[in-house]
Amino acid sequence: MSVMDVILLAVEQGYAGIGAGLAAIGAGIGIGRIGGSALEAMARQPEATGDLRANMIVAAALVEGVALFAVIICLLVALG
Amino acid sequence: MHRFLVGLGGLLNRKSMRKIVFSAFITALTIIGLSPVVVAQDEAVQHEEIAHSEAENHEEHGHESKFNPGEMIMHHVADAHFIHFIGNISVPLPVILYTEQGFEVFSSSNLYKDHQESFYTSASTGNSYRIENEKIYFADLDGNALHEVAPPMDLSITKSVFGMLFIMFIMVFFFIGIARKYKGASAAPKGAQNVIESLILFIKNEVAVPSLGAKKADKFMPFLLTVFFFIWMCNMLGLIPFLGGFNITGTLAITIVLAAFVFIITTINGNGHYWGHIFWPPGVPLLIKFILVPIEIAGVFIKPLVLMVRLTANITAGHIIILAFVSLVLLFGQQSAVAGYGVGVGAVIFMILMFFIELLVAFLQAYVFVLLAALYFGDATQEAHH
Repeated sequence: MSVMDVILLAVEQGYAGIGAGLAAIGAGIGIGRIGGSALEAMARQPEATGDLRANMIVAAALVEGVALFAVIICLLVALG
Repeated sequence: MHRFLVGLGGLLNRKSMRKIVFSAFITALTIIGLSPVVVAQDEAVQHEEIAHSEAENHEEHGHESKFNPGEMIMHHVADAHFIHFIGNISVPLPVILYTEQGFEVFSSSNLYKDHQESFYTSASTGNSYRIENEKIYFADLDGNALHEVAPPMDLSITKSVFGMLFIMFIMVFFFIGIARKYKGASAAPKGAQNVIESLILFIKNEVAVPSLGAKKADKFMPFLLTVFFFIWMCNMLGLIPFLGGFNITGTLAITIVLAAFVFIITTINGNGHYWGHIFWPPGVPLLIKFILVPIEIAGVFIKPLVLMVRLTANITAGHIIILAFVSLVLLFGQQSAVAGYGVGVGAVIFMILMFFIELLVAFLQAYVFVLLAALYFGDATQEAHH
């Protein structure tokens, strides 16, 4: 592999790492907001806790799906 | 609900159900175990024990090769032609290839010699095959893979295929057994019947009926239930440690099929309102319609695709995290044994926590898949409500 190839590979994998980190930030912010609103709503109406918990988990799974979509792309980039 | 439950039978008493499941498992294992014997008629093969080629990298037995975490993780997440348990214990799976000369069936133990990927010359057709990175190519007589030639069609029973067949057997026997309990005198439900009944009712009442309406829910319930239990059980199978590291739902090839089923069912059941809303969304200004219609058309394909990627990504990501903790231990262990043990304590604790999270994710991803499938079916069969 020439020098250019090595540099390109390093840059490629570096960007893949940055992408994965951004995906983690996105997931963190998204799920954090979901959890925050859910807790707030539970504080306002404790008897709805069960419903809120179930919906929070579902919404978190959907948001996480989007973030993991980005992770898969980064993985594909990083590993060829 | 009554129609569906009456359709199910009764619950077998636990002893005979255990016997059936056990015998199915033994049958499957026997088939797998006998296949090398059957195809060994071709030539005398040395049935060496199989360990994947990274085995040297795993155990620090003073080998030169450095431990490569990326390689190890990718190897464990990908499919394989054998099931590797612990150390050197592996079960070779039958390799089924379709070439111009017809079907070739042999044990994958022929393709590995001395724990290395190797080649095999079939006596019946004279073709040579070499396995490289778990892909089978044609090879010349020296064993070098011929990459220019189109590889043979690989229809082998790989680890994922075996896992799926196993789950299928378990599910069929289990649910037929439970269905039998409902025939005849209705005794109070006990045991597994309680669990399954509550799960089925959960899917029906919380997932299907809110999206589809009580009348149409029954039509889609078989599919939703099958997919739910299949995905859940496949996810759980991948979480059992030391059981060969199955990664069934973590492969795009399998989830794309599940997503394709959802797509096909949605398309077939789409009524006028569904297509009308896609091609001519009501209640939207004309200019925005021009932007929205291509997005809606793309959405018809993207929604199942996202289903596929969500399931694969979640399951694979979970496996990768657990494997990353393992490789953490091995990386530190390469420096010194003490470092390995020290890091090992923390890594094992985190690994156990991750396993718990993955248990939740296994159920959750199955639930989300089925929830969204039900939503799409409800969309497709929507009534006019404007």
